[in-house]
Amino acid sequence: MDAFLLSRIQFAANISFHILFPTITIALGWVLLYFRVRFNISKDQRWMDAYMFWVKVFALSFAMGVVSGITMSFQFGTNWPGFMETVGNIAGPLLAYEVMTAFFLEAVFLGIMLFGASRVKPWVHTTATFLVAFGTTMSAFWIIVLNSWMHTPQGYEMIDGVAHATDWWAIVFNPSMPYRFTHMMLASFLTVSFLIAGISAFRILIGGNTAGVKSALRTAIVAAALLMPVQILVGDMHGLNTKEYQPAKVAAMEGIWETQNGADLLLFALPDDDARENRFEIGIPNLASFILTHDWNGEVKGLNEFVTEDGEVMHPRVAPVFWSFRVMVGTGVLMLLTSWAAVAMMARKTANGNARRGVEGLPRLMLFGFVAMSFSGWLATLAGWYTTEIGRQPWLVQGVMTTEMAVADVPAPLVLSTLLAYLAVYAILLAAYIAVIFHLARKASRGETLKPRVPGSGAAVAAVPAE
Amino acid sequence: MDYFGDPAQWLPFTFAMLMGVSILIYVVLDGFDLGVGLLFPFADEDEKDNMIAAIGPFWDANETWLVLAVGLLLVAFPAAHGTILTALYLPVAVMLIGLILRGVAFEFRVKAPLSYKSRWNWAFFVGSLMTSLSQGFMLGMYVMGLTWTLPHVAFALLTAVFLTIGYSFIGATWVIHKAQGNLQLKAIDWAKGGIWGLVLGISAISIATPFVSSRIFDKWFSFPEFLWLSPLPILSAVLVAWLWQMLKTMPFSGDRFSWLPFGAATALWTTAFGGMAYSFYPYVVPEKLTIYESASAPESLFIILVGTIFVLPTILAYTVLAYYVFRGKATELRYD
Repeated sequence: MDAFLLSRIQFAANISFHILFPTITIALGWVLLYFRVRFNISKDQRWMDAYMFWVKVFALSFAMGVVSGITMSFQFGTNWPGFMETVGNIAGPLLAYEVMTAFFLEAVFLGIMLFGASRVKPWVHTTATFLVAFGTTMSAFWIIVLNSWMHTPQGYEMIDGVAHATDWWAIVFNPSMPYRFTHMMLASFLTVSFLIAGISAFRILIGGNTAGVKSALRTAIVAAALLMPVQILVGDMHGLNTKEYQPAKVAAMEGIWETQNGADLLLFALPDDDARENRFEIGIPNLASFILTHDWNGEVKGLNEFVTEDGEVMHPRVAPVFWSFRVMVGTGVLMLLTSWAAVAMMARKTANGNARRGVEGLPRLMLFGFVAMSFSGWLATLAGWYTTEIGRQPWLVQGVMTTEMAVADVPAPLVLSTLLAYLAVYAILLAAYIAVIFHLARKASRGETLKPRVPGSGAAVAAVPAE
Repeated sequence: MDYFGDPAQWLPFTFAMLMGVSILIYVVLDGFDLGVGLLFPFADEDEKDNMIAAIGPFWDANETWLVLAVGLLLVAFPAAHGTILTALYLPVAVMLIGLILRGVAFEFRVKAPLSYKSRWNWAFFVGSLMTSLSQGFMLGMYVMGLTWTLPHVAFALLTAVFLTIGYSFIGATWVIHKAQGNLQLKAIDWAKGGIWGLVLGISAISIATPFVSSRIFDKWFSFPEFLWLSPLPILSAVLVAWLWQMLKTMPFSGDRFSWLPFGAATALWTTAFGGMAYSFYPYVVPEKLTIYESASAPESLFIILVGTIFVLPTILAYTVLAYYVFRGKATELRYD
């Protein structure tokens, strides 16, 4: 493999690992604020218990996000210097605003949010929680602005091969930004909903101390059931936006080679990039046209439109985009069905017919289902990002520069060695992360959260740091 | 903009200053928490918990200064960012893996099952060591002009060791401030043992830098510059002597002035850093690329500057707030 492909794999590995954790912290910050405010209003200890449990998961996820985010900021220079050299005048200020307005805000107030509950007044602690949640969201905003600009650039002019900003308003509010930002925020809330639902279901299944667990489970299931249809609607609008600005991506998502009217929606196919055709197609007639143009016989551009006269392919490889898209949609549909089924079960009346059954109405099988789907949001989010990012190739900034133009002149073996090192570290950390979340859940069920470490071992300071 | 003269002149200079300040704040702040990680093997189990409690609420924000520093390099001097980081590809990767290990070890060591705790303690030490060594190595390579020759690498390996000992020294001074009792006494010993690394490191770089470049030599050893620069090494020597004297008599009665070693160490780093900045100005890639040649377009720098003017004081204010909330001796870190 050459350094270009290895660098791409390395960046993909880093950013895939990184996005897992912001996806959790963006929404979890707001969920924590919700728990905290519910406690402030009701003084009901269950909400504080829920807060205390999930703030630990937040701390862990935040640390994973910070360290993998630092890796990203260095990789621009070590592997992709051409990116900043060409579009640095635009990407630079956006990244700077991200670090200044968001990164510091969350990093500084995190300390007070995590360890300050007994050191500061309740309203200060609530405010710190709000500022951390706000900071993570601002962080997501600036990053999505830059990412969207790379998909739908505007508000710039090229002078001697370097992009110069002409209109910051146009750059920030570029055409795909509102859709991508909303889509990602909802993805984060859904990921967190299913994580909270899964871990809470796990805690109910193993029994023991379940203070605050049922409140958390109900909140999560209702949130998922409400947000999932909104996400599907926003996803559809995002797709229409992509069709307008990046038709090659949509053609790859749908596996459509030839421009056609009344295109089929392919449920299954094996796109063959070399033969430039699909094998084993199974599709629903005309549905792709209907979804994309809202007309059963609307025209959908095919991939063959994006091959230059001298045979240069200016569209992405089809199979990864086609399949990522299907994994995302499939996972989303599963999330929709699960959450709606759970709400229906919770809404049933009890035997005496007076009250709703609530969380008690969920059968064990359903709880196992939620445990299995704890990380379903990760799967859908990653698949969605693969769809949009691979779908932009061969462009790095659509129509401005190709990915290959940005790559560093670093020897392939060097890239390979760092890639393997990163992959090993990430694999270990991911396993540890998931294991520790379940460990925390078991520990909380045993009611050990607030007790000191092991009797007798901490005589000198009796400290349980970060506990 | 024109009130200040040519924006293509003063904007890159302003950003070079900002970047320099960020790097300085980073090496002092993350320096002390990296140092605490380096001292981990010398502490027993309870002391480890106490040392973590001394840095727990701060380390996230400390590390953010690195993001800001490399971010400023990235956004203000994109050409230099690419050149420097490509040349330092391997040490950067080692540093990043080190930062990952130690950053997550903070969380995992107390959240993972107890039987895994010693492994995460070990990961915390190894991560801190990888980070410190690679930063020292990069510093050495930078001084030597970012060229991979055998003598340069040898020098960089030397600065790697010195910076690592230097970090452990500033970490020890932080523990002196934050700890009490036996751990504080231990930290005083650690500081006494570590100060030599710092002295040797600063000396090595001070001696080597002028000999690598005749330009830097002339900047220091010509008249009258030599005269008004002489306070810098003299001040450093005074600080070292003072620190040594202080450490011999600590802890002071009633634990007064426990912050003084950390304060003096910070002053020492600042003088050393000031000297380096003076040497390399106006180059951002030593002897190859000046800040003016590698700067972004003035209109982009200007829009970042507008944000910086509002944001930087805010960042400093809430950093001070966080240090104020967690002032005094480190106590048990609890969520409730």
